[in-house]
Amino acid sequence: MANLITTLDPASRAASRGWSDTTIRNVFVIPTVAFLIIFNVFPLLYSLGFSFTDFRASSKAPVNFVGFKNYINVLADPVIWRTFSTTLWYVIVSVTGQFIVGFGLALLLNRPLPFKGLLTTLLMLPMMLSPVVVGLFWKLIYDPSWGILNYALGLGPVAWLSDANLALYAVAITDIWMWSPFVMLLSLAGLSAVPKHLYEAASIDRAGKLYTFFRITLPLVAPILLIAVIFRTMEAFKTFDIAFVMTGQPAAELISSRLYKMAFQQWQTGPSSALAYIILIMVLCITNIYVKYLNKAKER
Amino acid sequence: MAHIRLKGISKTFGNHVALKDLDLEIADGEFFVLLGQTGAGKTTTLRLVAGLEKPTAGQIFIDGQDVGDWGAAERDVALVLQQYSLYPRYTVRENLEFPLKSPIRKSSPDEIKAQVDRVAKTLRIEHLMDRKVDRLSGGEMQRVSIGRAIVRRPRVFLMDEPLSALDAKLREALRTELKNLQVNLGATFLFVTHDQVEAMAMGDKIGVLNNGQLVQTGTPHEIYANPVNTFVARAVGSPPMNLINGQVEQGSAVTAAGQRLPFDGHDAAAGRALTFGIRPEDLYLEGGAPVAARVHDVENHGVAKIVTLRLGDSLLQATVPTQTSLKIDEEVRFSWHPEKVVLFDGASGINLRHAG
Repeated sequence: MANLITTLDPASRAASRGWSDTTIRNVFVIPTVAFLIIFNVFPLLYSLGFSFTDFRASSKAPVNFVGFKNYINVLADPVIWRTFSTTLWYVIVSVTGQFIVGFGLALLLNRPLPFKGLLTTLLMLPMMLSPVVVGLFWKLIYDPSWGILNYALGLGPVAWLSDANLALYAVAITDIWMWSPFVMLLSLAGLSAVPKHLYEAASIDRAGKLYTFFRITLPLVAPILLIAVIFRTMEAFKTFDIAFVMTGQPAAELISSRLYKMAFQQWQTGPSSALAYIILIMVLCITNIYVKYLNKAKER
Repeated sequence: MAHIRLKGISKTFGNHVALKDLDLEIADGEFFVLLGQTGAGKTTTLRLVAGLEKPTAGQIFIDGQDVGDWGAAERDVALVLQQYSLYPRYTVRENLEFPLKSPIRKSSPDEIKAQVDRVAKTLRIEHLMDRKVDRLSGGEMQRVSIGRAIVRRPRVFLMDEPLSALDAKLREALRTELKNLQVNLGATFLFVTHDQVEAMAMGDKIGVLNNGQLVQTGTPHEIYANPVNTFVARAVGSPPMNLINGQVEQGSAVTAAGQRLPFDGHDAAAGRALTFGIRPEDLYLEGGAPVAARVHDVENHGVAKIVTLRLGDSLLQATVPTQTSLKIDEEVRFSWHPEKVVLFDGASGINLRHAG
């Protein structure tokens, strides 16, 4: 029987299960591709078209082709540059924080512990929550007059979310709280994949704890750590919900909030499409740098 | 260089008893081989000496010092494992430098280079130095892993089946090299293997482990010629010792099936159930010999032929010169050299000479 199956070509094998290749194509592949084209590819290209016009989704005025004017205007706008640099700083703070906390937790968890499974699951709860919910209850935590944070730290009425100097960090802390578990999970997978006999060999070779960590652990988990950082950088760049829910402080305005306001409050559809494309290109560039490092780390 | 002594060592993992009251002594500069089946406790013994595991009971002495509370680093041992355990992503040179660069024993860069080069030359891996270890063949990896062990001149070398993942040719070559290395370094080696050929070929002394207990310790010759019980008789030697049940009657050995073979001495043995042990090379075929048997199988090994003889229900193996021509199912007559026969108690399997 096994012999019979291997000698048949794929089409007749599928047929023997009652599905022909044509049926599979019609039932599964065509709907999927159609869905992708309608909801992903088409809007992508359509908005690319918008980015070269003065189209406003809220008016019926005739649409004019304006060339690169939208791009030039967006790039010349100091407000957008400010939100860009805010976002960049936010990404650095938030991803660094998640990396340190997440990898640190993974190191602590990567040893025999009682209730390890339970502990890991509990630590992963934040990333399973809805970002809006997280934003809302951190807003309560940060509340200047009756928030638990000020009370617990014994601070006076510190207005975390409306202070121009603090708001961005307050949002970043929330993001770190929410997404460190993700870095932890990936790091834990990487750490547990390091063969135990290498650590034994290192202890026989009289390597110290730090030396072992930097010479054995780190090089072996580096690729998976980089993957975690890529994911988190891309996500942090797009951060919208948490920040939007938590603060309206202009000093903490992120690029996606700016985009939202341009597109859906001011109805500048053309320029906002241009801005969206600029963001897309930036994110692609940044991830590309990481991917290059990743390939290098894997090769070594 | 060091002298090792294990005293009353027991080790249990949960309900599983890995070692039971083990006593072992390895002299300074000795090549000691621990021989045993999978699960006999060889690797556990090695890991206890290395300090990677703590014994449940008993003491371990290195050079007379109780090292029970010492970690692996303080014991100053080197370990070579079957799976090589090279540090991935590093070159051969970096792997060899690793033990010398550890902060505990910092050497100067010149010293490190000199030592690494010396080891590379000894193991003939100089041409591989800048290669990443992932790109090496099995034999090369094992050489590098041995190199990493010898580069810092530890007190004791521990080797856990280092050759068993290699193909036969390479295994034989490295076996010789390792033995030479040990002689040149004058180091104490504790070598673990399940391969009795390896044990016989390399060991100054062999310890046979069975079910967590040391069954016999001795030179390869002692263990081969005078096994302490039928277990060792079967475990050591290839092909293993022939074991024939029977008893002594009127000065000759009578098998359970009734064949009579010559026997000398040992009146004490008369009248009780015995197992006669005889090595294949001490059986010989001869026209006028006392016992008849049929040829069951013939294996030509080049240096000799190994003949399997069918004697009633049992099979015996004999080595004969290559030029002997034999046909399957042919009737032959054989005898043994009576002075080479080892007597085991029929019930307990214990060698009568060892029992006193």
